[in-house]
Amino acid sequence: MLFIATGAAAAVGAGAVAWPLISQMNPDASTLALASTEVDIGAIPEGGILTVKWRGKPVFVRHRSKKEIDEAAATPLAQLPDPQADAARVKKPEWLVVVGVCTHLGCVPLGAPGSRGDYDGWFCPCHGSHYDTSGRIRKGPAPANLAVPAYDFLTDTKLRIG
Amino acid sequence: MSGHSTYVPSSAIARWFESRLPIIGLMHGSFVSYPTPRNLNYMWTFGAILSFMMVAQIITGIVLAMHYTPHVSMAFASVEHIMRDVNWGWFLRYAHANGASMFFVAVYMHMMRGLYYGSYKAPREILWILGVIIFLLMMATAFMGYVLPWGQMSFWGASVITNLFSAIPLVGSAITTWLWGGYSVDNPTLNRFFSLHYLLPFMLVGVVVLHVWALHVVGQNNPAGVEVKNVKRDTVPFTPYATVKDSFALAVFLIFFSWFIFYVPNYLGHADNYIEANPLVTPSHIVPEWYFLPFYAILRAIPSKLGGVMAMFGSIAILAFLPWLDTSKVKSAAYRPVYRVFFWAFVLTCVGLGYLGAMPAEGGYVIASRILTFYYFAFFIMILPLLGIFETPKPVPATIADAVLAKHGAHAMQPAE
Repeated sequence: MLFIATGAAAAVGAGAVAWPLISQMNPDASTLALASTEVDIGAIPEGGILTVKWRGKPVFVRHRSKKEIDEAAATPLAQLPDPQADAARVKKPEWLVVVGVCTHLGCVPLGAPGSRGDYDGWFCPCHGSHYDTSGRIRKGPAPANLAVPAYDFLTDTKLRIG
Repeated sequence: MSGHSTYVPSSAIARWFESRLPIIGLMHGSFVSYPTPRNLNYMWTFGAILSFMMVAQIITGIVLAMHYTPHVSMAFASVEHIMRDVNWGWFLRYAHANGASMFFVAVYMHMMRGLYYGSYKAPREILWILGVIIFLLMMATAFMGYVLPWGQMSFWGASVITNLFSAIPLVGSAITTWLWGGYSVDNPTLNRFFSLHYLLPFMLVGVVVLHVWALHVVGQNNPAGVEVKNVKRDTVPFTPYATVKDSFALAVFLIFFSWFIFYVPNYLGHADNYIEANPLVTPSHIVPEWYFLPFYAILRAIPSKLGGVMAMFGSIAILAFLPWLDTSKVKSAAYRPVYRVFFWAFVLTCVGLGYLGAMPAEGGYVIASRILTFYYFAFFIMILPLLGIFETPKPVPATIADAVLAKHGAHAMQPAE
């Protein structure tokens, strides 16, 4: 009994000391403090993509054209590896906001006209993932759609991400 | 480290010291009088070359750390500062960067030697597994070291490799955040990689000591793959025989190493790493250092994220099970005619995967990667277990001395002393 009690106390003590050593590697207060950023989106032309840095990562703010919106909305969910309706991924159809990090292994997908991949969205050159105009994975090794960060429209031309 | 020492302290002071700490006797028994099989060929010199490279990397690394700054805004500039301003900095950095490549050249030769001559078989299983652990530590150390210059390849290599952990179900993204210390590879990541890049080599030294200890307990394997039966007939003392042979091989290896340092110091690197890291732009074609390419090809050959990651780690982990996957009683491929063919096919497969790892992941390259990945694993889990049953080995010599006699005739049997 005494041995078990001593052993248990030692195990709890070792765990209590180990935790700070493990936890120190998690994001610190200064990293967490940078959790939101404000963007002016008034200058983005239709069809244009603005890349902003949020939490050290690129975020794509895309001013979608009517054609791009229709393409995204018309895609049957059955064709998607990670089924999600376009309406569930945007707050205003003309604005798509996604984290610009490929869900495969973290590269930044290309979005310049001409290198947008087979589905007019983004193409990741690292391992060949194609995303559509809703940032959804269509082809390639990535398992999931581009993530949609938390964001709010402060005004019609001002966006807060995070 | 065993091996019967013939060390006799010659002075009163040495006797006094030896009776209190018998370290001179231990060194003498391990590196002077230690019996080595008399038929060792030059493939057995890579152990010494590796020991040299490990020390060289630690020394050049420690002095580079005196001039390097592990901060995202200063790391890249501090490496250029080493190259341009620090006395002999260019030499130290090129020696360290190419030294990592040479370390891998030597370790791959060393592993191939073990694979060809069955050095992993009883009683050397623990010795072999310690070697696999050393290989893993080397890879972790090299990966973190490559991140430190904070160039484009450093950054994106780090992103891709740390993102491998996000493939783990449920806890994956929490683990990657923990590894990064943030939401992406950033300053906290660079800082901890520097800390660990400094730590791991010393852990490596610890495992190398165990590796050498285990080696000296069971003794060296040899090209005939038969154990030492008569120390006088089958072995020669480490000094001068192995010492001189290792020194000569090391000198030749250093010429090769020097050629890289002084003539093509950037040949093995990637030009993109001379562009400072930019988290918003991924280089069009990310490739790891050459020594990771075969594993990178395996990762990309599997059309699923988790599957690719498991195959890649599995391709290394499977080495640890090799002593039990190979069912043949005969160690040396010199007496295994069928195994020899599969062995060289395996070597070519690894080289082929290395080539494919550097190519874009599309079309025929992916198909070829899949075929070679299949062979890589089939070699371990199908060919090796079955070959022990179906292969008829050639007659194995009874002793090392017999093997030497059969090859060179009686004149080779001069007394070793």
